Amino acid sequence: MKKILLASAAIALGASGAYANDVKIGVLLGFTGPLESMAPNMDAGAELAIKEVSDSGKFMDGSTVTPVKGDSTCIDASAATAAAETLVTSDKVSGIVGAQCSGATTAVLQNVAMPNGVVMISPSATSPALSTMPDDGLFFRTAPSDARQGDVMADEVIEKGIKSVAVTYTNNDYGKGLADAFDKAYEAKGGKVTISAAHEDGKGDYSAEVASLASAGGDALVIVGYIDQGGSGILRGALDTGAFSTFVFPDGMVGKTLEDNFGKEINGSIGQYPDSQGQGMDSFLAAAKTAGFDGSSAYSASAYDAAALILLAMQDAKSTDPSVYKTKVMEVANGPGEKIYAGELAKGLELLKEGKPIDYEGATAVRLIGNGEAAGSFREITIKDGKIETVKYR
Amino acid sequence: MDIINALVAVTNYVIIPATAYGAQLALGALGVTLIYSILRFSNFAHGDTMAFGTGVTILITWGFQAMGISFGPLPTALLALPFGIVITSALMLGTDRVVYRYYRRVRAAPVVMVMVSVGVMFVMNALTRFLIGVDQINFDDGARFIINARQWREMTGLTEPLTLRSTQVITVVTAVIVVAALFWFLGRTRTGKSMRAFSDNEDLALLSGIDPNKVVAVTWIITGALATIAGTLYGLDKSFKAFTYFQLLLPIFASAIVGGIGNPVGAIAGGFVISFSEVGLTYAWKKVVTYLIPNWEPDGLVQLLSTDYKYAVSFTILILVLIFKPTGLFKGKIV
Repeated sequence: MKKILLASAAIALGASGAYANDVKIGVLLGFTGPLESMAPNMDAGAELAIKEVSDSGKFMDGSTVTPVKGDSTCIDASAATAAAETLVTSDKVSGIVGAQCSGATTAVLQNVAMPNGVVMISPSATSPALSTMPDDGLFFRTAPSDARQGDVMADEVIEKGIKSVAVTYTNNDYGKGLADAFDKAYEAKGGKVTISAAHEDGKGDYSAEVASLASAGGDALVIVGYIDQGGSGILRGALDTGAFSTFVFPDGMVGKTLEDNFGKEINGSIGQYPDSQGQGMDSFLAAAKTAGFDGSSAYSASAYDAAALILLAMQDAKSTDPSVYKTKVMEVANGPGEKIYAGELAKGLELLKEGKPIDYEGATAVRLIGNGEAAGSFREITIKDGKIETVKYR
Repeated sequence: MDIINALVAVTNYVIIPATAYGAQLALGALGVTLIYSILRFSNFAHGDTMAFGTGVTILITWGFQAMGISFGPLPTALLALPFGIVITSALMLGTDRVVYRYYRRVRAAPVVMVMVSVGVMFVMNALTRFLIGVDQINFDDGARFIINARQWREMTGLTEPLTLRSTQVITVVTAVIVVAALFWFLGRTRTGKSMRAFSDNEDLALLSGIDPNKVVAVTWIITGALATIAGTLYGLDKSFKAFTYFQLLLPIFASAIVGGIGNPVGAIAGGFVISFSEVGLTYAWKKVVTYLIPNWEPDGLVQLLSTDYKYAVSFTILILVLIFKPTGLFKGKIV
């Protein structure tokens, strides 16, 4: 009897708690599609921040926060829009972490976020086009624009002594944006781009694409693509025909699949993806390990930061209304105020509650520039003995 | 030396891949052509039959690998192939019994049969996905290369690499064996001859005592075998993904029609015409031109069509043939 009473009391408490002041945050990522191997770790990152805030009991006078997942599919803009619409209208989320890919993000921003006035912070949409797109002050990203990554990539390739490259990119906003940014930066620094050709994802056979890349030649092949999609096909074809032996991999290609499927064959190749190190990163990685996921996976940390930023901005504005807290995102991210690192969200919430300003550094040393996008730092990698090794950060 | 380099580049990037691809298309087109000439409709489900056959073969391959059975330097999938053929042929016979037999009995027009096959295509497509999933699967084990780029460079000292993958050779050898066996069957055996008679004139064949049910059944079994072999070879050579076989439907039909639909020799020739046009027209000839013409490097890539338009090549050829020579290169027949 006692047990039943206790249990029902607990259920009543839980139910009323969830009903009264439960804040919902949408996590809109490409759980299916060409980047499906990255999405789970990004989702885990975002949910880690949400759980940290929710469990602290300090958020908005003890409100809880619940994540609601949506599938942005990465490549299907209409599916992404529909998923976002569901999050906003039926789940009534107060903010969205996402979307994952640039094309889906643009579609969701224009068709759902702006009409409904919901704040979106994307951890991984990197198309330069998003920098200048009108967003009613609702869109931010904790990932840097590809214009910046293109520049970093060009520096890395030049330093490696590679004088000419062939470039192939996946035929979408991300691929074209990054490839163009890289081509421009690389040629400005004195390199030569022999060809910059698109490839379509989801084909069985890439021998024709590889043949034209090989014919154009170059010291290395830059593959701006997806490792779970056409990127793999191009890489396999280039290795099999002996067309190239050194490769440059931007973020979409750096993943576990790369190590597993190619390993030693691509020794000496280089790559880079937005990532950072330092105090915040270390505590994030430790927390991720405890929670049972790989925090060093691409964009996992920036997903944590995206979720944290939304919640801290809400706390600062003392409101979960996007039209109110959207103005606070930049303030919380850039300070001035006490620096808050990953794992210290409770402290940040406390300070904001007392009316003291904070400077959210998070896991990736967040600093938002321009229209609300991360300045970004990059992890530079090389493939050694079939393993991805970190060279340095820049 | 430059001329040799140019030849090597063409061989490596055009001749070898196009030959392997052409053999795969030819086997696919043979299946389409057989159904067309004997059952008198265009079987749109053929691409997904290939996917199903390959999927089953992969599952059996995994079973063999788990049991520790291997085929030495050859891919284990070749051992699994006969089992895949049996299962796929059984599915073909089942489909015929459940679906096509009814429409044959009511003497449905060929265009109705085509629509029926589109329905079968969707069902088979879903079946394949349920069976093996949508992910990319690489299932070629054994030796990957006969000649790889590094060996070639060390052997010859040429700057241009040449690679010959074992799957490419297996594809061509298997295709030759299968085609020879098929022609022997159609030309020399009683059943083969009755199939040809049935194809030439159905009424006359029935009058002379040929059992139509047997002809239909044998046709489906052969089609299932051809589809499984073609699909598995394609999957071994490239990689398996459930929906890429659907995309193969266009080049396969283009091959069958270019060669003359209903004509087995035409299907084979058509396969190679399509594959060489696809690869040749989208190849960037810059390197070859640079080797052949001294002291001149072209600014552009000397590429007729961007690789994005690969499928447009088969489509264009298909339309040109239908306008100017509807019976194809080798006299096919139009029902």
